[in-house]
Amino acid sequence: MNPTFEPEALSHGDHFQSPASPISTPAPECARPRAQQASKGKRPGNLPQPFVAQTLLRPRTVALPARGSSMNKVLAIAGVVIKELYRRKDFYVLFVMTAVITLLMGSVRFFGDDKIVRYLKDICLLLIWASALVIAIATTARQIPAERENRTIFPLLAKPVTRWHVILGKFAGCWLACGLALVVFYLFFGVISGSREHHWPVLNYLQALWMQWAMLGIVVAMVLLGSVVFAAPSSNSTICFVVVVGILLLGGHLNQVALQQSEPMRTVVYSIYFLIPHLEWYDVRELVAFDQPLIPWGICGLATLYAAAYSGLLLFATWLVFRRKALNT
Amino acid sequence: MSKTVGYLVLLLLTAACFTLATTLQPHVGTWSRRGQSDSMLKILMGDGRRLFANHFFTKADVYFHSGYYPSIFDRAAAPKDTRHMTSQEGEPEAEEHEKHMDFLGPPRDWIERFGRHFIVTTHTHLEDGKEREILPWLRLSAELDPQRVDTYTVAAFWLRIRLGKVKEAEQFLREGLRANPNSYEILFELGRLYHENYHDPVRSRNVWELALRRWREQEPGKKKPDNYSLDKITVNLARLEEEQGNPERAIDYLQQAKAVSPATEELQKQIDEIKHKLSSRPTSANPAP
Repeated sequence: MNPTFEPEALSHGDHFQSPASPISTPAPECARPRAQQASKGKRPGNLPQPFVAQTLLRPRTVALPARGSSMNKVLAIAGVVIKELYRRKDFYVLFVMTAVITLLMGSVRFFGDDKIVRYLKDICLLLIWASALVIAIATTARQIPAERENRTIFPLLAKPVTRWHVILGKFAGCWLACGLALVVFYLFFGVISGSREHHWPVLNYLQALWMQWAMLGIVVAMVLLGSVVFAAPSSNSTICFVVVVGILLLGGHLNQVALQQSEPMRTVVYSIYFLIPHLEWYDVRELVAFDQPLIPWGICGLATLYAAAYSGLLLFATWLVFRRKALNT
Repeated sequence: MSKTVGYLVLLLLTAACFTLATTLQPHVGTWSRRGQSDSMLKILMGDGRRLFANHFFTKADVYFHSGYYPSIFDRAAAPKDTRHMTSQEGEPEAEEHEKHMDFLGPPRDWIERFGRHFIVTTHTHLEDGKEREILPWLRLSAELDPQRVDTYTVAAFWLRIRLGKVKEAEQFLREGLRANPNSYEILFELGRLYHENYHDPVRSRNVWELALRRWREQEPGKKKPDNYSLDKITVNLARLEEEQGNPERAIDYLQQAKAVSPATEELQKQIDEIKHKLSSRPTSANPAP
């Protein structure tokens, strides 16, 4: 039987002595979270306000039993990441922005016709895509750098957790958090389009959600790799955003571009075309907006396998870089 | 003490806002009175709005094809004009458009082959009233670039032909005419509306004759005059005159159309038919001198 985890019990100051952690060891002074060091001899209520805010938003470390299975360790780390998503304001801001813009656009009547709906679906899906990308990239980019900067990575790795567990946990957390956000977004989309169209092609929406989620898996893995390669989360976010948008816009056309080039550029562009993950496949907004039939489920499954393969490859690359990386900032 | 200072600053800011508002208001008022071409959007966006207007017009075309549309990499296959958006099945424009839109071709590799499962790959046009879906983009395009004539003619065509919104179509065409008083295309479309929907031959004749006049004022001097529009105006005027019992004028218009139309044989056939009808008229029908 797997031991139970209590990630909440181990937040900040108390995670070294948690009863849920039978093998928890006191971390060296330098490795202790700043909140713990700063609060020595002080009441928490006396902490300066910005410090408290920074501490509350800091990624939390996790209680991990010595004999826990790898999956449980990964899930425990993932749970903290998911909690971070709903504690931060990013998701709420993006969701409210999407809802407000969609409702505003929906309130407009063109030529007195209230049956026009595709533009609304199109705009709403575009906003969902943009928001999901921002959530995925922004949430993932700060995971490992924040752990290193706050030195919470040391107590985390002092537990029976390997760096591979950390990477997998962070990936699973970010990916599941994106999935939760997508469910809320698509529920809103379904309500809005259904209220106009008076029919709910639920399977089409589910397929679109699944495809987008699979694509976000690749994006999250890519950003995680970026977070161990690039120095700052901001540069990682920007570079990943440019790469992802670039693939979405141009990825499918690189073969055409290659054919118009002379050698050796042709080979270079064609190689890039075959190497990059084709994220544009997962963008099925047009099929949903234009009421096209369902994608065959077999094809959906193959696309999922493709996404899983790329995610696995990128996570492995992340581990290769991270396993020998010095953690001192 | 600090509370009082805070209130004072708030009061000062409120006064500053009020003063600024009263100073700016008259200027803002003049912005909206700068005439038809100097709308708020033009002031804010300058000529960049035309770019967006083009984008929105293309977006309407993409919607018209339910997403099946050439990308910037298939530019050669992209529709060169908007005739296909107002052509009916079987018309030469529709057939030509069908050939143009076969841009996908066989897939070049497995990535492209697999990727085609996730895009629209069949050429269709909206039908059964779903044409309404293109209207928001046309409306936006017209807002951003009121001088783009196609926007008005295409929107009005679908509004009256498929959606039965004749009044809205007329309103939109009149809006276009206010922005483009010399547009023979809008006048022609307005004439069609009067003829086909209001069954008002007098007004449609007046509007089409005005369209013909405008065409003659603008086009003959050009390197590539818009003969397609002249053909449409004259052929429709000829039909109207024939319906109204003026065969001579109908023949005259058909002769004009024949000079520019690719379908010369068909027009000649029509001329011959009208001439034949004229000659077979009983002499008693002729007005007494």
